[in-house]
Amino acid sequence: MWKTIVRRVLLMIPQLFILSLFIFILAKQMPGDPFTGLITPETDPSRIEELRIKAGFYDPWYVQYYHWITNAFQGDFGRSYTYKIAVSTLIGERGLNTFWLSLLSAIFVYLIAIPLGVLAGRYQESFLDKSITLYSFISYAIPTFVLSLIFVYIFGYRLMWFPTSGTVDVGLESGTMEYYWNKIHHLLLPAITYAILGTTAIIQYLRSEIIDAKTQDYVKTARSKGIPMRKVYTRHIFRNSLLPIAAFLGFTITGLLGGSIFIETIFGFPGMGQLFINSIMSRDYSVITALVMLYGFLTLLGSLLSDIIMSIVDPRIRID
Amino acid sequence: MDTANDLLTIRNLTTSFRIKETYHAAVEDISLSLKKNEVLAIVGESGCGKSTLATSIVGLYNPVNTKVSGEIFYNNQNLTQLNDEQFNSLRGNHIGFIFQDPLSALNPLMRIGEQIAEGLMYHTKLSKQQRGKRVLELLNQVGIAKPERVARQFPHQLSGGMRQRVVIAIALSCKPSILIADEPTTALDVTIQAQILDLLKALQSETETGIILITHDLGVVAEMADRVAVMYAGEVVEEAPVQELFTNAKHPYTRSLLNSIPQTHSENERLEVIQGMVPSLMNLPREGCRFSARIPWIDAAAHESKPQLHEIAPGHLVRCTCWKHFHFEGEEGGGTV
Repeated sequence: MWKTIVRRVLLMIPQLFILSLFIFILAKQMPGDPFTGLITPETDPSRIEELRIKAGFYDPWYVQYYHWITNAFQGDFGRSYTYKIAVSTLIGERGLNTFWLSLLSAIFVYLIAIPLGVLAGRYQESFLDKSITLYSFISYAIPTFVLSLIFVYIFGYRLMWFPTSGTVDVGLESGTMEYYWNKIHHLLLPAITYAILGTTAIIQYLRSEIIDAKTQDYVKTARSKGIPMRKVYTRHIFRNSLLPIAAFLGFTITGLLGGSIFIETIFGFPGMGQLFINSIMSRDYSVITALVMLYGFLTLLGSLLSDIIMSIVDPRIRID
Repeated sequence: MDTANDLLTIRNLTTSFRIKETYHAAVEDISLSLKKNEVLAIVGESGCGKSTLATSIVGLYNPVNTKVSGEIFYNNQNLTQLNDEQFNSLRGNHIGFIFQDPLSALNPLMRIGEQIAEGLMYHTKLSKQQRGKRVLELLNQVGIAKPERVARQFPHQLSGGMRQRVVIAIALSCKPSILIADEPTTALDVTIQAQILDLLKALQSETETGIILITHDLGVVAEMADRVAVMYAGEVVEEAPVQELFTNAKHPYTRSLLNSIPQTHSENERLEVIQGMVPSLMNLPREGCRFSARIPWIDAAAHESKPQLHEIAPGHLVRCTCWKHFHFEGEEGGGTV
């Protein structure tokens, strides 16, 4: 198994290399350059020209690419032109915020979706099943930003149960219990909003897997042993139905760093989604390329993680 | 009917499935009995209700769209009146069930040993160690070499024949007095079939279990059965001791079935078939002789209007009167009406 993992990781290198080439070329194709934003009526055009030459703007593309990739390999993605700090520091900060928000959201999603999916599948065609399906389709149909705005208005603005922006109140001493509670308090509303809307796929998947598993022969065998129905569900049906959910788990874990553009923008939450959209708006190349590289890497890692998880939960799948 | 020696008595069993809003009987008015140490074979084409009959006995049907009426007596209990909890104390404990397809009958995520021990957990007071020992005993009994190793394996690591042995071990785990085998050899290749049948026979003589053997393979019947019930379109059309059935079959359906067995030494190069198909559940003629549509050359007057089972010799029952006038198509013979 370790051999396979090492082999898969090594295989990622050419994939990432090709990805980096594409990103670099695409970024170069974008109109304007980072210095365009610095030009004001008072700026001396020759000064900008100087900066361009100094930054290697007129070097051949492969020389530029070489500089970029060697630095990137050492963890240096350059500096953000908007935030004036190192890209790695910026992404590290935002990534951590998003990670906690996504983790809490994912926990809520599974807490809501797994019981509902199981109930809907077990009591198929009942009133309960129909209500759950209705909920999952309504939640699928509501755009994220609509529910986010409604929740911010009701729970943040009217009822004032939750803060409406930021990750932590100003003036709290970092490291204290109060500080952490305050952070969680800031996470709750966006996480709940995300979870309410993000359950559809898992509910429907689980429901149909359970309905499918119920008619399988091994369930008949289990029933013919005379064990209680409750046990048939927990020991046989449920375990088999969770397999496809487990298959997604790797992507879910690496996706924790992705962030949601809508949620983060509306809840004023400084995370990766917000960073991504803002850096595109302000043509902050070094941030964009670093983020796309990171997402590409996470996707590859997610597929490897999913394979490893599957090989653990399903004895029929062995990676060696 | 002498029921004193019966292990299991089925009286007027009817099982209906709901299709759209109406119920259609897949098994109608079946009366059969099983004695201790006896193998009762139930034969018939696909779709004649064999498996429905089997699942009705152990209550493994879907209660949402299935209706069962009639009586099934076991140990002075009427099985059709049991709730799920009462059924669970019988299933696996007193009545074992062997399934058709060993490839799908085992949970792919559970170790073999665990799957065999599961029934023991609910029906016996054995400790975990004792259960483990019993599992090895059972694996040994069904002829699996290296039981310790197999108990730790997953189903996909075993061959089809091995898996069917495991399914049999599961059915036998609590020493049931009745074993229902639903086409236990259909999914296996011929050499493995023979091994599994030998195993079942050996186990039966050891344990004195009554076996209900469901099959469409008359070769299996000849090898295993003591008594045979032939089913057609949800009804028993003929019931006889195995010897009697093979030498002196009466009902046109039974005779057609026997006639369609290919003979290696026969002069006849044609493969005899029964024309037509088993009618589907919704198109089943509920009036008159259900087999009449497949023997159209027989005069309609030869059939009874409400075909009954007639005992024509001790233990030999035949439905309808058309057998007296039956001859194969193109042949002369039979009586005239």
